[in-house]
This record gives sequence, structure tokens and C-alpha cells, in this order.
Amino acid sequence: MKLKGTQILLKALEEEKVDIIFGYPGGAVLDIYDQLYKSNMKHILVRHEQGAVHAADGYARSTGRVGVCLVTSGPGATNTVTGIATANMDSIPLVVFTGQVPTGLIGNDAFQECDITGITRPCTKHNFLVRNIEDLASTIKEAFHIARSGRPGPVLVDLPKNVMATETEYDPANIKIRNYEATYKPAPKKMANFFEMLNSAKKPLIMTGGGVILGKSSELLTGFARKYQIPVTGTLMGLGSFPGSDPLWLGMLGMHGTYYANMAISHCDLLLAVGVRFDDRVTGTIETFAANAKIVQIDIDPSSINKNVAVDLPIIGDTQAVLKDLIKFMDEHNYTYEKSQRQEWLAQLAEWKEKVPLTYCQNGKVIKPQFVIETLYKLTKGDAIITTEVGQHQMWTAQFFPFDKPNTFVTSGGLGTMGFGLPAAIGVKCAFPDKQVVDIAGDGSIQMNIQELATAAQYKINVKIVLLNNEFLGMPRQWQELFYEKRYSHTDMTYAPDFVKLAEAYNVVGLRATKPEEVETVLKEGLALDKPVLMDFRVSREECVYPMVHPGDSISNMSLGSREMIN
Amino acid sequence: MEKKEHIISILVHNKPDVLARIAGTLGGKGYNIESLSVNTTMQYEISKIVMTTVGTQETVNRIEGQLQRLVDVIQVDDLTNVESIHRELILVRLNLTAEKKEQVKKAVDTNKWKVIVSADTYIILEITGDQSQIDFALARLAPLGIADITRTGIIALNLEH
Repeated sequence: MKLKGTQILLKALEEEKVDIIFGYPGGAVLDIYDQLYKSNMKHILVRHEQGAVHAADGYARSTGRVGVCLVTSGPGATNTVTGIATANMDSIPLVVFTGQVPTGLIGNDAFQECDITGITRPCTKHNFLVRNIEDLASTIKEAFHIARSGRPGPVLVDLPKNVMATETEYDPANIKIRNYEATYKPAPKKMANFFEMLNSAKKPLIMTGGGVILGKSSELLTGFARKYQIPVTGTLMGLGSFPGSDPLWLGMLGMHGTYYANMAISHCDLLLAVGVRFDDRVTGTIETFAANAKIVQIDIDPSSINKNVAVDLPIIGDTQAVLKDLIKFMDEHNYTYEKSQRQEWLAQLAEWKEKVPLTYCQNGKVIKPQFVIETLYKLTKGDAIITTEVGQHQMWTAQFFPFDKPNTFVTSGGLGTMGFGLPAAIGVKCAFPDKQVVDIAGDGSIQMNIQELATAAQYKINVKIVLLNNEFLGMPRQWQELFYEKRYSHTDMTYAPDFVKLAEAYNVVGLRATKPEEVETVLKEGLALDKPVLMDFRVSREECVYPMVHPGDSISNMSLGSREMIN
Repeated sequence: MEKKEHIISILVHNKPDVLARIAGTLGGKGYNIESLSVNTTMQYEISKIVMTTVGTQETVNRIEGQLQRLVDVIQVDDLTNVESIHRELILVRLNLTAEKKEQVKKAVDTNKWKVIVSADTYIILEITGDQSQIDFALARLAPLGIADITRTGIIALNLEH
């Protein structure tokens, strides 16, 4: 069958079972958009290309499938870079199609030309420039394969206009692609090693990360931890990979981790790290991180092993395959543990939990941001998919909204991209139209991609925005308070739009709460409406996120705010 | 840990941008490439890159890890800790000025350097050897007055596989 490039693109997307594209047209992709016009493919017109990538990212994080975007050449392509880097840092599978000027003009500084494969080389898993129509179908297939296999990541495919207008033979059954990754080999010796280590451990601890969610191995991990009564802490990306309501759960560790999670890390004698990469926000000073523990790391990416933290037993493979083997090995060898010893460890953790719980003080006439999040949890009973922007509100969400299921917490962990939450929520809601999807936002972040309110309104994508408005860039302000003697250099955001009026201007419902007693009413009303809603909560201006490990400090050394420093 | 020179041999798919990907990955992560040599293998679709970098074993392990993440990279070998032979090649042009002419001819004979172009006013030599041999040759050549020189990156091959 002879088809044009634009037709092949759409056929290939159908082959990959793509059901939605987030995009924005422009000169170099008008032929593709013309083909879209004639097809049944669902396309969401965002209002900025960065929004398209974050929306596809939200779709990917919540479904575990590959998110797809389509943008034009030049500025359309460069606008995707922040979104691509965001996905790359968190290993999210995306395929981003960018238009390109005709091959004959590449290198001529043509109108809306830019070397987008050059620009995105360091922030994609891989990228392609399709120079010949014969390569188009196989490149698309390879792009999807690379995006979703191994350690997932974003793949960019640059499509010159003339290539897409050329015809060639298309036979989907006959496309061969090369395999690029080593297959996982079970290592019984390592399983035996682990068995011995666990056997002699008195204070074992599991640290779960984004790799558990990406590897779809939450159930395996949860079963394993429960069966052997091993407490679990998680990274920001790992939230939801182990039930937040389980008694074994210690909450997030790291810079804004719970007291008891950080204490557990500092005192454990065996740390099983699954699908984590030991980010500096997690470890604090490397020298003191899990200093008393033997460390076992399960990760799909060999370059994540011994990168930041020296590991005693690395097991390379995807978390699902390795955990399956591990559990099988333990079962076959009838592993049992010393119950009294485990009780001692769990009692110690319970004591820490009781001594310094996560807390805040909701009194007086000012709304505390944590109170809004707790009320949101209470009203939704946790049955919601939460996205966030980046900053204080993101940390409070991680602390005060327990996630029981994987793929329900969608946040930019590695890159820390402000402006992520609203477009990501749009992507999530497209995948789960019947789910309550809430973007917990700050007043700084929300203004970075506020234009996507128009997208939500146009397509009736009924996302809910819980805006914790403290009229500050809260996290930098917190650092200025703690480390710069309250010199609030350019973090005051008092000059802001009236968010309720702004929402209404976009044809989105705007609600506001200024007093603690209004919080529940506003949330109830906003959550119940079958419309996109922005809820503006005027919260305490100078609330800080605690506990806090000061940068460069050991994670057992936490500042607890109004309480004293506890070691 | 001790810093030393490592010779890394990389098999890659001969795709556009592959060298840029490797150079970019190492440069972006702060690793320096001291020398580089690239060409296709017996299979046109596969190229071999031999590069040297200076660092501790730990650093080099990280470099290998980063390289292995690249989709176009097939295999990475550190040839430093296995038995391998190393070669570089230089091409040198020496001007045959009246006062140096005899000196140059004598040096060429003594060192058994290979003359590949011999003209009235200059000669071009081709010298191969491992790094120390090349450095030795350069020390001998310097007093003769080098008009121009070009030096390849190191290529290397392990003795057994």
C-alpha cells in the first residue's frame, strides 16, 4: 500500500494504540494537521507547547502508557524542551513529534528552523531526524519501543515537511527494529546473598522509588514487605508504590521527609533500595546516609548503581522481574525471620513516629496550607489522582496526602518544573475522565502555565485546582528566611491577578476561601461541580515546610521548626 | 583513588549524531576526552570509537555506565586493565633549510623513520608507535624544527577476547 508520510504517521500511531495526542499546529506540521482533520484521532489543542508535553507526561504517569505530542518546528519545538527534560529526569515514556523545515533547507537558517535533535540530545532518551520517507515507519516503531522499554524516557522524532509529503510503500507487518538493550538475567547467587543479608539483619528497611511504579511492581513490593514485616519509606517519585495507610509505611524520606523515615534510614542495618537513584534531596550528606546499613539496590539502569551511594549488593534488572525472583527464592527456601527482633525494630519506629509526628498548627483566623490538603484527603477519601506544581505545596502534598495506589501522584520530582501540575492534570483527566483529578498548586507555579485553563474549559476537562496562595514563591522564601536572614529578594508575589476573576475570564469556575471554616465548604463545592474549577485558598503567608534537613547536612539532623532541633 | 589514563573502546551503530551523542554525554557530565579515534568496522553499520580519558577507576566506571545508556552504543570495553596494544600515528613535515638539511637526513637514517614524501625543500615522515615511542620521536624531531604535525588519537586492540 502506497501512502504519504502524513498518512503513515497516523497509521503508525494507530498501530501503537495511541488514543490521544496533545499538540499545537504550525507551518511545518500543517500537512500532518490536515491528515488529523480527516482522521478519528483525538487531539487536544493546548495553549503552549510546554503544556502539550506536560499533558502527555501526566497521561503517561497515570496510565503507564506512552504519552504523545505533536508540535511545529522552531519555537514550537524549543517550547517542548522543559517538558522533555522533566520527563527525562523522571524516566517517563513520551514520544514527541516535532515538525522540521524541508530537508533541503536544513542548515540554511530557514524560517522556524532549529536543530531540535541537537538541542534535545542531552535531555531525551534518544531522538531521530527522519531524512528519508523509507525510514519513517520503522523510526516511529523504534521510537515507541525505546520510550517504553528498559528505563523509560522521552524520545523525540523530528519530521521534515517534505519527507511527510512523500509517498512510499507502507506495510506495518514488515517493520523490523533493532533491539538495543540487554535482557535481564536472573542471578541466583545474588538472591542467596540477599537471603543471607536479610537473615542476619536486625533492622531491615525498604526504600521504594519511581522505578517500582514504572516497573508496575507495587503489588509485589507490598506483598514482600508485609509478608516479612519490613518497614517501608519512599522517595517523592515512589509515593503510591506502597500503601500510605499501611502501618509499615514511614512516609517520604529526605530533605522534607518524616522524622521517623530519616531516623529509620540512619539506624537501619539493611537497606533494600528498589527503583531509586539516590538523589541528593533524598540522601543529604552521602557519608552519613544509611551509614550503619548494608545496601542492596535493585535498578534497571547500571549507571544508577554506585553513582551516588556505594552499594554492597547491586541487582540489575527491572524491579518486577527481580522482585518476582527474589520472592520466589525466599519462598523456595522457606525464609522466616526472628519475630522478636523485628518487633523491637518496629517498636523503635513506632516510638519515633509518636515522638515527632508530621504536624502543623491550625489555629486562629488564617488558613494553614496543610489543613487544606488534609481536608482534601478527607473529602476525597484519597480516591483521586493528584498532580502538583513544584515548591512548598508539593512537599506538603507528599507529607499530608497519603497515596495508597501507584500512578495516583503525578509530580515533577527530578527536574522540579514549576508549571507542570495544571497541564499534567489535563493529561490525567483525559485518561481518566471519571476520576477526581486535582492539581495542588502554588500561586507562583500556577502562573507559569495558567493559559492551559483555556484548554480545560474548551474540552470540558474538569480538573480541579487547589491553589495554596501565600503570595510568595514559598520555597525560595523559606530558604531566605532560614539561610539569608529574611532578605526576601524577589520572592514576594503580592502583585498577582485576582485568581477567581482570572478563572472566570477563562470560563472556569473560580472559588475562594479566606478563613479556615470556609475550607471544607469551598472544597466540597469545587469537587462536586462538573466543571473545571480553580479554588483560591488564601493561606498563611510564612508557613515553612518541616521537617527540613539543611542542604549539605546529614538526614538524621532535622530542623523541626518551632520545635527544637532533634538529633 | 589513583587517577590514570584509561583507553575505552566503544562499538556503536554507525548512525548520524552518534559521535555527538557520546561527546555530549561525556562533556555534559563533566568528563574530558583526551584523545579520540573513530572509524567503521568490517561492517559499515557498526563503528568503533577508541577514546582515552584520565580519571580514577570509579570515574571511568561511571563513564562506562553513561555510555551504556545510549541507545546507539553496542558495547563498551575498558582496555586499560586487560592486555592490549596501543598505537598512534603522526605525520610530520620538516623543512629542509640549508643549515638543517644534513642534520635531518642523519636523524631520519638513525631512527629509521619512514619518509613518505621527499621534496627539495621539505620531507614528510610517517611515524607510528605507542604513546612513549611517539613522545620519544617528538623529542628527537623538535630540535630539527617541525614545520607542521598531525597526530591521531590512540587506537587499541586487546590481545585476547
